[in-house]
Amino acid sequence: MSKQEILLVKPKKFFIKDAFKLESGEELDGFEIIYETYGELNSDKSNAILICHALSGNHHAAGYYSEDDKKPGWWDELIGPGKAFDTNKYFIVSLNNLGGCHGSTGPGSINKKTKKEFASEFPIITVSDWVKSQNLLREFLEIDKWLSVAGGSLGGMQALQWSIDFPDKLSKAIIIAAAPKLSTQNIAFNEVARQSIISDPDFEKGDAHPKKGLGLARMLGHITYLSEESMKHKFGRELKKEKIEYGYDVEFEIESYLRYQASNFAESFNAHTYLLMTKALDYFDPAKKNDGDLAKTLSDSICQFLVISFKSDWRFAPEKSKEIVDALIEAEKSVSYLNIDSIQGHDSFLLQNARYENAIINFLKANV
Amino acid sequence: MFEIKDWISKNSKVLDLGCGDGSLIDSLIKEKSSSGLGIEIDNEKINKCLEKGISVIQQDIDNGLENFNSLSFDYVVMSQSIQALKKPEVALEEIVRIGKESIVSIPNFANIKCRVQLLLTGQMPISNALPHDWYSTPNLHLCSLKDFEELCKKLEITIIERRLSKINGEETFLMKAFPNLFSEVALYRLVKEN
Repeated sequence: MSKQEILLVKPKKFFIKDAFKLESGEELDGFEIIYETYGELNSDKSNAILICHALSGNHHAAGYYSEDDKKPGWWDELIGPGKAFDTNKYFIVSLNNLGGCHGSTGPGSINKKTKKEFASEFPIITVSDWVKSQNLLREFLEIDKWLSVAGGSLGGMQALQWSIDFPDKLSKAIIIAAAPKLSTQNIAFNEVARQSIISDPDFEKGDAHPKKGLGLARMLGHITYLSEESMKHKFGRELKKEKIEYGYDVEFEIESYLRYQASNFAESFNAHTYLLMTKALDYFDPAKKNDGDLAKTLSDSICQFLVISFKSDWRFAPEKSKEIVDALIEAEKSVSYLNIDSIQGHDSFLLQNARYENAIINFLKANV
Repeated sequence: MFEIKDWISKNSKVLDLGCGDGSLIDSLIKEKSSSGLGIEIDNEKINKCLEKGISVIQQDIDNGLENFNSLSFDYVVMSQSIQALKKPEVALEEIVRIGKESIVSIPNFANIKCRVQLLLTGQMPISNALPHDWYSTPNLHLCSLKDFEELCKKLEITIIERRLSKINGEETFLMKAFPNLFSEVALYRLVKEN
């Protein structure tokens, strides 16, 4: 990549002073949101795209912070000059959600009342709350209507929620590797992740980065984001040393990989945020207000929809995306659906794939 | 030349099963201010639809069409693909359930060229309407006009209208006189009274 093609980015902040009422009934006494933008907003402000992040994501979706920066944003494979979300054409907005731990108000922030970190006192935030706060960011940026709201996994759920809560504020929703609600199995995985954090003695003592618990939660998560085939492909049964040693130290490559991921994650991520994000996932069920009737829930939506799933994704399997698609068909909405061949499991949504990228490019390009 | 779209009235809602590159829906949107949804299984064809800005769902018709409500479309179209399905009978029942009216076209296996080829060469016929070798054809359930019409009768489906044609050709006198012998393709307007 040549120097001028490198997208150099800088995070910005926006503040809300007023009280912010949450779905749970609790209230935040104002908040701040950290966000980044890529590309230029055009004169009629019709090219803005909001990117929503998944469980462990943040506002740094694309680009680098400096020319020496080695690690780009989490969706850099798809966002940038000439990429699927083309920053030469679109004005991309990406934020860290409320409750996050990368600069937006969250469990690691100082509670004005107690002058201490919120930690476990931070209220539970729902997908609807996020969308409501994202809408305040939209107003702050003086964008009347997003060209698109897009996201994968939990991010896709936010895009779906946008079409329900603010139907006239987006033209196109891109919902990738998502679900209309979590399956029982998904909630079960989340509960194991939470228990591993909560039962860590360090966490009980007030450590927001309990190495064991948070690491374990991440290990479990990681396994569910990959497919069996991609794990086999990546690690096989390769050993770290030449032969097995009949012990419990790291022997297989996969063990080493998981432990590395776990310790990295535990250092950088806030355990309270992790708990909160998994709860937001578990509670997500927009059709609940209509006794499970998703088509009815979507009846006021007016945007076009692109729904994408990946065949090897078993965490949010294609059938879950199909439920969204079928509800949209029933509600007589404009919807396209692709089920993409990919071996990378749930993580496929983060990676380049010609069909996947083409679908996004063409969907964004098509007339509203 | 007669085309499927000639049977579709303006401002209709159309479901195109096996929509290919989306050309039919594209012309219906442009010429008849209609709205359309395509169902397609082929990756490349789906891309072509998206390039045209046409809504398309990746779905295998052989796995059922239960996700579509009864009478939810003004027209359901299936152009020369019913013979490539695993269960054409089930699909046909579904088509007339979903569409207030349905348009189905079939390649005619009893066309004279097919009959002569099979009789004289003793090999599977290849024609304009059926261009594939036996080992690479997508067609699983070939039929003649007579066969198709018998199935419609069995399923209590009313044939409102039938049009005959050759590939890239008009209806001829011979076709009119001996449809099952001379037409290469037949188009049917179908409806099921419930």
